[in-house]
Amino acid sequence: MSRIQSTFTTLKQQGKTALIPYITAGDPHPKHTVNLMHTMVKNGADMIELGVPFSDPMADGPVIQRASERALVHKVGLTAVLNMVKEFRQTDQKTPIILMGYANPIEAIGATVFADRAKAADVDGVITVDYPPEECGDFVKELQARDIDPVFLLSPTTEPKRVDLIVSQASGFVYYVSLKGVTGAANLNIEEVSQRVASIREQTKLPVGVGFGIRDAATAMATAAIADAVVVGSRMVQTIEASNDDNLLHNVATLMTELKTAVDAAKK
Amino acid sequence: MQLYDMPDARGHFGQFGGTFVAETLVEALEELRVMYEKYRHDPEFLAEFAYDLKHFVGRPSPIYHAKRLSDKVGGAQIYLKREDLNHTGAHKINNTIGQALLAKRMGKPRVIAETGAGQHGVATATIAARLGLECVVYMGSEDVKRQAPNVFRMKLLGATVVPVESGSKTLKDALNEAMRDWVTNVHNTFYIIGTVAGPHPYPMMVRDFQAVIGVEAKVQMMEMANRQPDAVVACVGGGSNAMGIFYPYIDVPNVRLIGVEAAGHGIETGMHAAPLTANSPVGVLHGNRTYLMQDADGQIIETHSVSAGLDYPGVGPEHAWLKDIKRAEYVAITDDEAMAAFHNLCRTEGIIPALESSHALAYAEKLAKTMRKDQIVLVNLSGRGDKDINTVAKLANITL
Repeated sequence: MSRIQSTFTTLKQQGKTALIPYITAGDPHPKHTVNLMHTMVKNGADMIELGVPFSDPMADGPVIQRASERALVHKVGLTAVLNMVKEFRQTDQKTPIILMGYANPIEAIGATVFADRAKAADVDGVITVDYPPEECGDFVKELQARDIDPVFLLSPTTEPKRVDLIVSQASGFVYYVSLKGVTGAANLNIEEVSQRVASIREQTKLPVGVGFGIRDAATAMATAAIADAVVVGSRMVQTIEASNDDNLLHNVATLMTELKTAVDAAKK
Repeated sequence: MQLYDMPDARGHFGQFGGTFVAETLVEALEELRVMYEKYRHDPEFLAEFAYDLKHFVGRPSPIYHAKRLSDKVGGAQIYLKREDLNHTGAHKINNTIGQALLAKRMGKPRVIAETGAGQHGVATATIAARLGLECVVYMGSEDVKRQAPNVFRMKLLGATVVPVESGSKTLKDALNEAMRDWVTNVHNTFYIIGTVAGPHPYPMMVRDFQAVIGVEAKVQMMEMANRQPDAVVACVGGGSNAMGIFYPYIDVPNVRLIGVEAAGHGIETGMHAAPLTANSPVGVLHGNRTYLMQDADGQIIETHSVSAGLDYPGVGPEHAWLKDIKRAEYVAITDDEAMAAFHNLCRTEGIIPALESSHALAYAEKLAKTMRKDQIVLVNLSGRGDKDINTVAKLANITL
């Protein structure tokens, strides 16, 4: 069983929803990333989604675009990100790490080399935004051969027939994007999300994470009530953006505590 | 000989092309694919398209025998396919009409576009005005500065021009931003991509709409010279004008197809926009797999060209394919060579070419010199140079 699968199993036994914060590796500076990861775990992260900076983040809104640009100033690419995961693993062998990024950095080294290196760094899951299942069959096989979970996105416009195709390739969990649009976009409609999550559950036994548009305790709590995982991205990055070297870890810890309290208080 | 039949059903040209997009765009592309399949052979749709090309654009564009230029160069006869004479001044209008007519049939009241030199933006704004569609054009803020006349034209036509400040602030970033708009507004918005790149079905659809260039040229060459050219030369950024003139010639033997990329300051300097000539690695950007200028980490690197329309780090997937199967050849021309060809055509033939097209002209001159006087080089003169006068004045130290 993969680390992601066992984390979901344990949380389910406790009646809890996973809290998955997202940060972009190297933002605001590569020296902070591993500390930020440990701080998030200490304050309630059940898993971490770690963004791989890319020069052309087409699916991201301005907040995460800026995070990518800040990281790229320091030339943080895939190799640097994998080194950060290795460093994190020296003191944390428990928390699943899911890389989230775009196809081209993977294409640049090739699927096999990427999968080998991700395994060596002890990465647990990979979300590749612009690899729909039709285009990445070989990549998925390379990951699964190494017990790394390929995590796929489902969107409000994904037809049930495609949901079947996607869940047949996915493992670990599926990630329901609760809004049309880019990351950090407007407010989410919890009723609509609830109905979609229920219908996705009819098509798969995989845990369902929900992300995009979760920005505070209230939306985190409402989402936690219907999902197996709550992913918080732009709000994390905004907090990082608004911090300085001295208060960065403190501000992130405060936000995480607030979100964790909300997620744990949700009525399942 | 097996007839050329690309792409496959999912938009692949061998290993190139495809649909590499976020899940949020998959259904929109599927809807577009289905609608395009429905209309691409529909007689009524094609008749409406043909009508607009004739009466609104002014097609067919003539082919012109540039005799003085040919004599001056001293080799093969140079013929020009005059896309610069189209309404709005470039080949871009062919494709925007096709896509806008499709948008109308799909009931989308709003169109968006990305633009580099501004020609595609102007062409989109033009057809949007004519059809009464709302139009938003994304343009890198660097390009907004260097192509001010086109920005003004778009505004006159009622379009909203959004300067894009992210990344390198050029064409690729405008494309990113247009994609983001589309993901958000997909219910009422049609994204009119201006080149033979992007996810399937765009590379195929844009090629099909631009193929009118080559279809006409084949007929016109017979009328004018009673034969087909020995070589067809066109500039390649994303590659839509080149695909448009190449495509009908792919199955014609003994016609060399030559794409001319922008070598900028020179391939060896790294400051260029010539992924095919520079043997850039294969990668994924803007929804398709193609040759792509990138660093070892897979980050897209900044390109350089004096012409905004060629300033793009990738290339349409079908060009990548034609290079691999050796049906087309790809070469590159520097900023300086393009400028010299620009001035040469102005003075010799009384035609002010776009800086993009000047790359094709520069290579055609080089090539013609090596050929016999009874041979023919056909250049796709993809656009007129009025938009470039500020750039040229600055480079030539001319005060306007």
